Amino acid sequence: MGEGAAIENDVMAAGYTEALVACPECDLVHSVPEIEDGEQGHCIRCGSLLYVRHRNSLDRSLAFAITGLFFFILANMFPLLTFELDGQSQSNRLIDGAIAFMDAGYWELGLVVFVASIVAPLMVLIVLISVLLPMRLNIAPTNVKVQIRLLTHLKPWAMSEIFILGIIVAFVKLSDFADVSVGLSLVAFVLMVAAVVMAYMTLDDSAIWRRLKELKA
Amino acid sequence: MTVLAPTAQSMNAMSCHICGLLVSTDYITAHSAHCPRCDARLHSRKPNSLNRTLALLIAAAIFYVPANIYPVLTLVSFGKATTNTIMGGVIELAQGGQWTIAVIVFVASVLVPIFKIVALLFLVLSVRMKKTRALRQRSVLYRFTEFVGRWSMIDIFMISILIALVKLQSIATVTAGPGAIAFAAVVIITMFAAMAFDPRLIWDVSREEDDRN
Ligand SMILES: [Zn+2]
Ligand SMILES: [Zn+2]
Repeated sequence: MGEGAAIENDVMAAGYTEALVACPECDLVHSVPEIEDGEQGHCIRCGSLLYVRHRNSLDRSLAFAITGLFFFILANMFPLLTFELDGQSQSNRLIDGAIAFMDAGYWELGLVVFVASIVAPLMVLIVLISVLLPMRLNIAPTNVKVQIRLLTHLKPWAMSEIFILGIIVAFVKLSDFADVSVGLSLVAFVLMVAAVVMAYMTLDDSAIWRRLKELKA
Repeated sequence: MTVLAPTAQSMNAMSCHICGLLVSTDYITAHSAHCPRCDARLHSRKPNSLNRTLALLIAAAIFYVPANIYPVLTLVSFGKATTNTIMGGVIELAQGGQWTIAVIVFVASVLVPIFKIVALLFLVLSVRMKKTRALRQRSVLYRFTEFVGRWSMIDIFMISILIALVKLQSIATVTAGPGAIAFAAVVIITMFAAMAFDPRLIWDVSREEDDRN
């Protein structure tokens, strides 16, 4: 906790500080303590998550992001589901949902599905890799500021995990009256989501800024 | 007298909404209104938060009606057509004995959108009426609302998969209905509404009360 105006003024002498952090959800100011790897800091007033620390946060997050990108590419190469009825069959790829909406004249929905299932998840992975990989190679990445801002804005629109539930519901609905089988891409897609979740969970944002300072010094 | 907990605002500072850096207002007047670490535009509170949230909630409530009245998909199988609304799809799953999936879709597509609209409306009004009770509970309510909102997209993704997959001419085809557009609009507009609401306003009221004492 920052106590007393004297400390606060001192800390803020440079105009900004990394020693204090204001809760993004209630604005209460906390001092940033040295915490153990794997620990989290929550706001004492409203309970929101303030910071996390992970050992080798950036390296681990990078490894998961690269794994995620690999599975994302696989997920786009093969069928997700195959539907068979009365001797005829039809398969769909990841992108086909967006295309089908466009073909049917629902271009708004096509755009929404395209962004949520392809563009945003892919951009998240590319941004993570293009920030973290150069750092791993001891190079200061370019446009970090733009990329970190982009990542924050993209996050809510990358809906791969929700798309998986959509696939499950579609699967259940169809298996009532037809034979539906799971394609290789569905497996890859599930693994991609797992990798992205791990990449987020291991990422400690403040470590990015600390590493960047080291590289620029 | 209560002891005032220091907030960024009371310290004449603001935290960057992207990277969390705490920047003093003196720095902002002397340099620029952009974060020295990540370049994002700095603001102490989201601008015009309550009015923007309220406007988006009204828009979402308007779309909520066609989203539930109009069909979201039609299945034609061997000449027999079945048309489903959002709720119709849930009932069909339940009748088919798929209870788990029926409950998931019911929660995600029926409960979550209406819950989001009501919860955010309650948050906006409670801030506007300067309520000082249940501050932490309201913070948790906001966090929960923001978290669950995206999950309503399940139905839209399900429809996109069905129309891409079930197109065997004369045997079975699925087509999307206009209700799907209105439904997606509700989900997206309520997501923007949750983003527009600034949860720090909930706590600002308690500070104003303290200042008056
Ligand atoms: Zn807080
Ligand atoms: Zn910043």
